[in-house]
Amino acid sequence: MFSEFLQYLFTGITIGATYALIALGFTLIYNASHVINFAQGEFLMIGGMATVSLIGLGFPLPVAMVGAILLAALMGIALQRFAIAPAKQADPVTLIIITIGAAIFIRGIAQLVWGRGYHSMPNFSGDVPVRIGGAVVNTQTFWVVGIAAVLVAGLVFFFTKTMIGKAILATSMNKVAARLVGIKTDMVLMLAFLLSAVLGSIAGIIVAPITFTSYDIGIMLGLKGFVAAALGGLGSGMGAIVGGLTLGIVEAMTAGYISSDYKDAAAFGVIILVLFFMPRGLMGARVVERV
Amino acid sequence: MSKKLLRRGGLLAATLAAGIFSGAQAADPIKIGSFLSVTGPASFLGDPELKTLRMYVDKINEEGGVLGRPLELVHYDDEGNASNARNYASRLVRADRVDIIVGGSTTGATMAAVPLIEQSRTPFISLAGAVVITDPVKPWVFKTPQSDRLAAERVMQDMQERGITKIGLISGTGGFGRSGREQTQQVAEAMGIQILEDVTYSPSDTDMTAQLTRIRNNQDIEAVFNFGFGQSPAIVTRNFAQLGIDRPFYQSHGVASNSFLDLAGSAAEGLRLPASPILVPDSLADDDPQKTIVQAYVDAYEARWNESVSTFGGYAYDGLMLAVAAIEEAGSTDREAVRQALENIQGHVGVTGIFNMSPNDHNGLAADSFRILEVVDGGWKLIE
Repeated sequence: MFSEFLQYLFTGITIGATYALIALGFTLIYNASHVINFAQGEFLMIGGMATVSLIGLGFPLPVAMVGAILLAALMGIALQRFAIAPAKQADPVTLIIITIGAAIFIRGIAQLVWGRGYHSMPNFSGDVPVRIGGAVVNTQTFWVVGIAAVLVAGLVFFFTKTMIGKAILATSMNKVAARLVGIKTDMVLMLAFLLSAVLGSIAGIIVAPITFTSYDIGIMLGLKGFVAAALGGLGSGMGAIVGGLTLGIVEAMTAGYISSDYKDAAAFGVIILVLFFMPRGLMGARVVERV
Repeated sequence: MSKKLLRRGGLLAATLAAGIFSGAQAADPIKIGSFLSVTGPASFLGDPELKTLRMYVDKINEEGGVLGRPLELVHYDDEGNASNARNYASRLVRADRVDIIVGGSTTGATMAAVPLIEQSRTPFISLAGAVVITDPVKPWVFKTPQSDRLAAERVMQDMQERGITKIGLISGTGGFGRSGREQTQQVAEAMGIQILEDVTYSPSDTDMTAQLTRIRNNQDIEAVFNFGFGQSPAIVTRNFAQLGIDRPFYQSHGVASNSFLDLAGSAAEGLRLPASPILVPDSLADDDPQKTIVQAYVDAYEARWNESVSTFGGYAYDGLMLAVAAIEEAGSTDREAVRQALENIQGHVGVTGIFNMSPNDHNGLAADSFRILEVVDGGWKLIE
């Protein structure tokens, strides 16, 4: 019985850590601009697909990964420069719609370049799973959870200890005031897109050995990541992590103990409950309306 | 003056009419209509199907056509969308007035077009899998792929030969997996096989460890059967290997393709599935009636399109050849005559199997048209 529970728990943590990383990407851009970037899933897809195709060209895995992350970073900057920046006077809703359009565009290009098939990627460290208390854990799980933890720690450090991180936070709180104290808010926004593209592509690379990757994988994972971000409270880094893990574990437990038919229903049920009683999410900021 | 004009006009009309008439007798093409999912999510079905139709329509025309008339392929791309399929089917029967339709890549597209086609009384050979297309029998509707029911039968025959009576079933919640699950349950009951665990996954799931854990922890289960489609069965296969479930593993014909082997990798080693002989043209016995046809199709397709052949293109090959055989048998394109000829085709050797149609069976294939293949050293091996 306990081994079953452990198995479901590990499954949930693996997928939950991925959701958390995607949610963090949403959070970053939301914090800097109040835009929900629906192209976040596409960064994830670029990460996985570019890595697979670079490996196919004969590059070793680490080089391929770095190449894919660079490509995603470029796309993040391009998205901000060519799609978001020209419409900077528009309100967030318009910008959100622009990101949806950008997502469809990126997906279309990816479909042309890489085709419609699914691609597999080798595990980072061998196919032999590890046994913990009767449960079987894929070695890739450790990579996913480990890398997610490192990234989260890095982000916390970045936002609390570095000038640039604080500048991003300041911009999100009050753009005009930030500009008055000498922060280049345009640069901050670009930086936010770059960071979240890097986060997304890393998430895409580390889950590709588990989920496979294809040109349209970003739709589903991106949506789940957004849900995780909303669950935890949009704009809260800690909330993104808690939301992602909660979502993953609820899904896995439902699939294991009840039926996978109800997996999504249970996950979304939890979200409805949380948002009903805590409209700002589990860890969302207190709403203070200044008059 | 006006009399002369009238006479001239009459003459002109007569010449025109004669021209049309004689033209119709000389080389009026036989119109083969088709709607396929060439782009969109089901393009892996429609793309090889269209390529196959094009290739063989050209070939037949080079060899002099059918009944001395050339074939003309009228094709539309439904993009995997059922309502498009319905619109194009309507255009085929109303505007293009085709003689026969070979198409419908997915069950959804096929079933959306069926009512219209039936109403227009046009013979229709579908290339989609689900059993609902020909069960109950619809007078004008035929199909070439084996039904999922036959796949379930074939798998369970193989299980019985290995002495397996208690199985775990895992299936996708998409159309293919859902229908397959129902058929498997019915066939299992009829064949005396018990399904001890019956779990499902959604086509967008990225991890099936939780479901498979339930199956693994039930010690009475002797074999596992997965009915699913797309990339999910490859994930199931990987999770199955990771969990170290040391029991026979079966997949359905839905993943009988080389791309499945690429995705699942070494985890697929040892699993079995029912498949069309197209995957193993070289392993067929020399006295196998399908051998020459399968080999000729595989060679011709790979030479012309420079890509590896798929089971789905084979469905289109069989559809076209059945249509041609029926028109030749009927001696005309009279629809009722073609329909009756189709219904009475016996012993037609195709790529997918040997077709024996009857008024009660518009698919005409038996379970043994599926070959059981086992994955050995990353390739397919035919199990006799």
